Amino acid sequence: MIREIIMDHYSSPHHKGKPNNLKGYLSLHTDSVNCIDDFEVYLKADKGVVTDAKWEGIACTISSASTDILCDRVIGEKFADAQNIIAQYLLMIDEKPYDASVLDEALVFMNTGKQAARIHCATMGWSAMKELLEKEEKAK
Amino acid sequence: MIDPYKIREDFPMYRNHVMMQKKPLVWLDNASTTFKPDCVLKAVEDYYTSETSNSHRGDYDLCYHIDQKILETRQDIGKLLNCDPTEVVFTSGTTASINLVAFGYGAKYLKMGDEILLTQAEHASNVLPWYKVAEMTGAEIKFIPLDKDGRLTVDNLRKTITKKTKIVAVAQITNVLGYIAPCKELAQVTHDFGALFVMDGAQSVPHMRIDVKDIDCDFLAFSGHKLCGPTGIGVLYGKFALLNKTDPFMTGGGMNAKFDMCGEVSYLEPPLRFEAGTQNIEGILGLDAAVKYLMALGLDDINDYEESLKKYAVEQLEKTGNAIIYNAKSEAGIVTFNIKDVFAQDAATYLNSRGIACRSGQHCAKILISYLGVLATVRASFYFYTTKEDIDALADAVKHGKEFLDAYFN
Repeated sequence: MIREIIMDHYSSPHHKGKPNNLKGYLSLHTDSVNCIDDFEVYLKADKGVVTDAKWEGIACTISSASTDILCDRVIGEKFADAQNIIAQYLLMIDEKPYDASVLDEALVFMNTGKQAARIHCATMGWSAMKELLEKEEKAK
Repeated sequence: MIDPYKIREDFPMYRNHVMMQKKPLVWLDNASTTFKPDCVLKAVEDYYTSETSNSHRGDYDLCYHIDQKILETRQDIGKLLNCDPTEVVFTSGTTASINLVAFGYGAKYLKMGDEILLTQAEHASNVLPWYKVAEMTGAEIKFIPLDKDGRLTVDNLRKTITKKTKIVAVAQITNVLGYIAPCKELAQVTHDFGALFVMDGAQSVPHMRIDVKDIDCDFLAFSGHKLCGPTGIGVLYGKFALLNKTDPFMTGGGMNAKFDMCGEVSYLEPPLRFEAGTQNIEGILGLDAAVKYLMALGLDDINDYEESLKKYAVEQLEKTGNAIIYNAKSEAGIVTFNIKDVFAQDAATYLNSRGIACRSGQHCAKILISYLGVLATVRASFYFYTTKEDIDALADAVKHGKEFLDAYFN
């Protein structure tokens, strides 16, 4: 089941692709020294609510699926809620106490710490989104 | 004859039964770095426990002793490569060695319109220094095309080289595909055009016998840590006359003969001219132990053994029906592959979960990827202590590669 969720988001991602019209989107590039991951994360917001989130680029299974699930999770959320979801996810990856109730499918990455070399893959999209939310907030 | 089981008794990384992911470690990343035998560790330790002193800096016995040992290292490397000890410059590794040639020689003599020839299979350390020097001098970078298997051929050099070519810089063994370049013939063609032949030996010096006089290469760079020596030590070999024309990349203590307040400086002769500041003495002594160890095993035997491992690995991986191999025909102990339908990095993580250390990604040869037509690959690389059982473990993992997400859940 967990494997199917990851493979589904990897082979048929819901939010992969550059927005047709970049107007209104903030974007951030993220890449990795250790893995081939190299992609953009896009955020669109309106009145303090995330209205769209996308990503586009080259990514391994772990970074593809984790970033795609991230997009699923934050779309429709208020900034504070989106930021909390990301914070809880990063705590989970760090193997610290976290609130599982807000993570939904993102819980599939619970065991990433088993493969420490891949923690970066599982968090790079999330860290980029965190930065975008902060930027968007400051811009207001 | 190489007996890897007996050899392993010399290596604490094997004797200590190091585990990874709670599995016995299967080390297949020797193109990246290698394990160290006791003799190397002892040489490094002895320097700190009974031989500490600086070199060229004192009139007492300990200093004299270290100077002698450093000289002995140059002599041993002279035996390894068939060169004179005065042609052996210590550096921090292949990268520093190539940078020394590029900036100490290239930047000094190259001019606008001159050409530097490389190949698409070069490691970043034999590409980026030349890019920089080209930018500084106005020289142009050109690539010698590889043949359909990814091999550098003498014919393709002939088709690319011109009267404007001043430097041909290529790896003797490429770090992703593992072909052995016909360096003697390449050097000859290069010299026919009046250019210099620079050899990146990072992947070849540890694995095969090299005679710089027979090849007639002008410069050769290699690293200590890829031949069982310590990290942070390497060598640049250069023909003495060329070293003499090369500018020091760094200046400071230990490399000048005299200097005055008017700015008059005279530098020492090579190789000392290039060794400014206190050297990596533990590294030099460790490197000497490693070089002696390798010569005692015999470079030809090492080469034969690794070639047989390579053949065995290709057979076993092909048998799984689950591997795409990109360099089945190459000679060196490097297999570059992907597991069908599994992204390279995910495959490497899965191998990690089974205790197998392989490199994945672009292996610092980022322009080769367009040649291979894939984004990334997995690389398994062998050494004289690699066993058939190591390769069997790899083949078994590749066979079950579809279950790569098990790495996170089992």
